[in-house]
Amino acid sequence: MNLSPSPVLSNSFRMETVGMDALMVRLFDAIDEAHMPWILAADKALRERLGEALIDLVPSYTTLLVHYDVETLSQIEASRLIREALQNLQPASTAAGREHRIPVWYDDSVGPELSRIAERRNVDTDEIVRRHSGRDYCAFALGFSPGYAFMGMIEEALATPRLKTPRQKVAAGSVGIAERQTAIYSMRSPGGWNILGRTAVKLFDRERDEISLFRPGDRVRFEPISREAFIEQGGDTTPLEER
Amino acid sequence: MATSKDMQTAQQTTRATSGSLVVERTGPLALIQDAGRFGVRHLGVAQGGALDWISLGWANWMLGNAPGAAGIEIAIGGLVLKAERTLRLAIAGADLGATRDGEPLATNGSFMLEQGQVLAFDQPKAGLRAYLALPGGIGAEPFMGSLSTVAREQLGGLDGFGSALQIGDRLVAAKASSETRDMPSVAAMPQDEAVLELVTGAQIAHFDGASLFAAFNQAWQVDSRADRMGVRLTGPELRCQMGGMVSEGIPLGAVQVPPDGQPIILLNDRQTIGGYPRLGALSPIACARLGQCAPGTTIRLSPVTPHQARTRYRHQLALWQ
Repeated sequence: MNLSPSPVLSNSFRMETVGMDALMVRLFDAIDEAHMPWILAADKALRERLGEALIDLVPSYTTLLVHYDVETLSQIEASRLIREALQNLQPASTAAGREHRIPVWYDDSVGPELSRIAERRNVDTDEIVRRHSGRDYCAFALGFSPGYAFMGMIEEALATPRLKTPRQKVAAGSVGIAERQTAIYSMRSPGGWNILGRTAVKLFDRERDEISLFRPGDRVRFEPISREAFIEQGGDTTPLEER
Repeated sequence: MATSKDMQTAQQTTRATSGSLVVERTGPLALIQDAGRFGVRHLGVAQGGALDWISLGWANWMLGNAPGAAGIEIAIGGLVLKAERTLRLAIAGADLGATRDGEPLATNGSFMLEQGQVLAFDQPKAGLRAYLALPGGIGAEPFMGSLSTVAREQLGGLDGFGSALQIGDRLVAAKASSETRDMPSVAAMPQDEAVLELVTGAQIAHFDGASLFAAFNQAWQVDSRADRMGVRLTGPELRCQMGGMVSEGIPLGAVQVPPDGQPIILLNDRQTIGGYPRLGALSPIACARLGQCAPGTTIRLSPVTPHQARTRYRHQLALWQ
């Protein structure tokens, strides 16, 4: 049996060769929050079935990358375990992901795009804050930097393209939007998202048992707070550099 | 990589103070690296680890260490170390003109560095990265199971925050003494040309036929835009019919093709997910070779199946059993 390079169809998912020791499990083709219970269920089932032979499992919006141990498994064996794991898969309950409330100081000094987006839409900044903090978001995938979660979907009316020129430095805790997604910068890094505010919550904290606050599938809600509350929580009020 | 388990045991060895090196001068980039960080990519944490894991493996092998025990990855040269106490060391990989108190050392070999003696790396004669092993590996606190330094993520290394080696840093061997084994002769470092095996797959079906022919039949050049995250190749323009792609996990060695048609091979410090179509991924052995290819090196890509790549990979691991 030669799996490479054509996709193997089995039930409702595809399995694709992506490297010597990696198979891509593709469950869906487009981004949709409704997919997450399936991705989470697949994540759990694959971890259980592959056990010690699993080196890394990277879930994303529509896929799970399975990096397995080639010292113990051939590709044929790995693909058999994956098929077994995903047989009769049932979506995880929405309670499978944890819930987080993230306090955010929405302000132009730390979120320069707040008023720009408001102006462009002819509303005041409070309206933007109300809309951004008015719904739960789903953490689709972690990446870009440790603990950084790609979350969505934000309201269609808030959707904004990335900055044409990314900033060289975006402060840790910066809360941004891009297209219909939102995220928090987990560490100071370059970045091109539109920044609306800042949180004092640490997304990646080596002093904490759970080093990464978020895991794929978690649900997140932003909570507007005052400057005073932000400072009380240990927030850094240094204005965000323009570029 | 599969050797991760060996490495973790190496790092858990108790810290000893029987031999240590002090950094007297740093070159462009000298980093503590082991096999990498595993089981944490779903948290957005990069794999990290030695680019040329084969040379790190040989340096460790000469001292009886696990192949993925932490050592120093010395890129381009320039590093100068002084022994505070006498200890046995091993080097493998690129020829960076290493000397002991000014006397040339073999490119691949183990040697004693007596108290007060100086080990210096000059500049590349063949290959790019040399690996230095200490008895038992380097005694330091691993973060998320690894000492690998990932500067971009501020993780790993001596301080745990991703710093490269600094003047005055003290490297402590994890064990008091070590075995000594002679290294068999191995493949020479790539000079002007390298053939790299690519496990085909991923979005390869979405590239047009002429592009696929070109990818495997024309020469590529290693671009100067190359680091531990990725190496850009320049050559024929590859065309992919795929429109937008949803970001997905990226394996080591992934050969991604952004809209400009010039591939980028993603290495150990790559981000965990990405959204450009890929031809597949280099085999781990090819990734190790690429880590030794200087800008301007001619690359030829050779398609292989996962089975072929795995056979060669396991053969390499078996040499260290």
